[in-house]
Amino acid sequence: MLRRLATTFTALLFATASALAQSPAGQDGFVPASSLPPGQEIPAAPLLIGSYATFLLLMMFYLWTIWRRIGRVEKELHELQRRQGAAGR
Amino acid sequence: MFARVALLVLKKDVAIELRSYEIISTTVFFAAACVTIFSFAFARDDEAMKFSAAGILWIAVAFSGTLALSRTFERERYGETLKALLMAPAPRPAIYLGKLLGVIALLLATEVLVVPMVALLFHSPLFERPWLFVGLLVTGTVGYAAVGTLFAAMLVRARTRDVMLPILLYPITIPVIIAGVEGTTALLQSPIDDAMATLWLALLAFFDVVFITLSLWMFEPLMTE
Amino acid sequence: MRTLFVPLVAVTAAMFVYSPIYIANVPYESTMLLVQKIFYYHFPTWIAGAVAVLLCGAASAWYLFKGSAVADRVAVASAELGVVFGAFGLVSGTLWGRKAWGTWWAGDARTSMALVAELIFFGYLLVRRYGGPGSEKLAAAMGIFGAATAPFIYKSVDWWRTIHPKTSVMGSLTATEGGTIMWGAVMYCTVTFMLLLVVVLQARVRLEELRARVDQLYLSLED
Repeated sequence: MLRRLATTFTALLFATASALAQSPAGQDGFVPASSLPPGQEIPAAPLLIGSYATFLLLMMFYLWTIWRRIGRVEKELHELQRRQGAAGR
Repeated sequence: MFARVALLVLKKDVAIELRSYEIISTTVFFAAACVTIFSFAFARDDEAMKFSAAGILWIAVAFSGTLALSRTFERERYGETLKALLMAPAPRPAIYLGKLLGVIALLLATEVLVVPMVALLFHSPLFERPWLFVGLLVTGTVGYAAVGTLFAAMLVRARTRDVMLPILLYPITIPVIIAGVEGTTALLQSPIDDAMATLWLALLAFFDVVFITLSLWMFEPLMTE
Repeated sequence: MRTLFVPLVAVTAAMFVYSPIYIANVPYESTMLLVQKIFYYHFPTWIAGAVAVLLCGAASAWYLFKGSAVADRVAVASAELGVVFGAFGLVSGTLWGRKAWGTWWAGDARTSMALVAELIFFGYLLVRRYGGPGSEKLAAAMGIFGAATAPFIYKSVDWWRTIHPKTSVMGSLTATEGGTIMWGAVMYCTVTFMLLLVVVLQARVRLEELRARVDQLYLSLED
């Protein structure tokens, strides 16, 4: 259940990020004036949005791994405490 | 006392090595094989080859250095002699310094053969500024050996020492290798970039001081069980 | 510290939610325009990463000389955070470089040194994970050496002929038009990232504490 939720969430994030990355690239409003000929200008918006989306995804993923690891260890801890309680009796 | 212990450890290592020439011969052979492979692997364009010499020289030093380090301490492990050495009533940093001097001597001896070989195979004018070049070589070797000796000594006890030595050693010594390569490249430029080479030499000397200080400081707690 | 955890999480989350709005309202930098806005996350990431790395070095030294188990846990946690922040710093740097320098990887001094630091701390995690018994001390030595290279990364742009902006760029920022607003945004994001570092570090240290308790329970069950 949790895993499915996480997958859906990540997929959604990916979808919105890519949608966001595409829409401003289509408009020409952000192309800065520079010495380069207009054909060779690299659009900035996808890079910018890609950067912020990477951060969001990376942090989400990392926090999720911590959360999952803590959950797993806590489960193990409870199991051990139960066994210790049973052995003590 | 301190210097005497260090020199005694060095003397012991040299005496053992001179009996069989095992480590020096295998290390030199390995380095020579490395350089030969590289000489075939790179393009035969004369200008490109001249510059690749800097990188290849330092890669050969780094790789053969790992071999020399692990062999040196493998020898100590066989007879549990490092343990005995550490039990001796001597300052531990002095033991580290003695081992370090031994490793440096070994690597410099290897370089005596490898450097002319690189110069020959890659048509590199390495000796246009002999003092600067030797300075770069010695400071780079010292920095590499300082970290290497510390980690190889620690790994004597570890089960996974063969995997762990490169994992520990290479990332930390990359700055030293970069500085060595950049400094040597500056010497290969025409006209020779003296200022740049001196800057890298200074940086290498700085690395040496930092690495040796840290190692001397950490050797004691690291080697206590 | 633990009672502060929930409020801290709330503050950090709120600040993060507001940060894109803040950044969007900051005026464009005059030469780089839109792409310069990567800076508002790029700079704080490296600051947080550098703090994590230095913390790892200090905690490693504390563990090595005092044998403190808490310091050891802090060292692992901060090394991992350093790797995560470093990874994002490298990604955002390459994306920015693509636009500003015209190439993904310019091989410039600071980017190369940052990659080296990332490798060192990734190696640290590998040693912790696969080093077997006694790897804590090995890793501690590596953490100390890794922290020692951090000042080199910081100063590398001032020493080497390179294209990355110099360290003086922050000081000169306030002198330009709209600079104070930009500077405010940078500071806002830096504070946000430091809070994030504190919050995640706490959670990560808690994980290590739980692991230590599990190990202890296993030992006591075996007796």
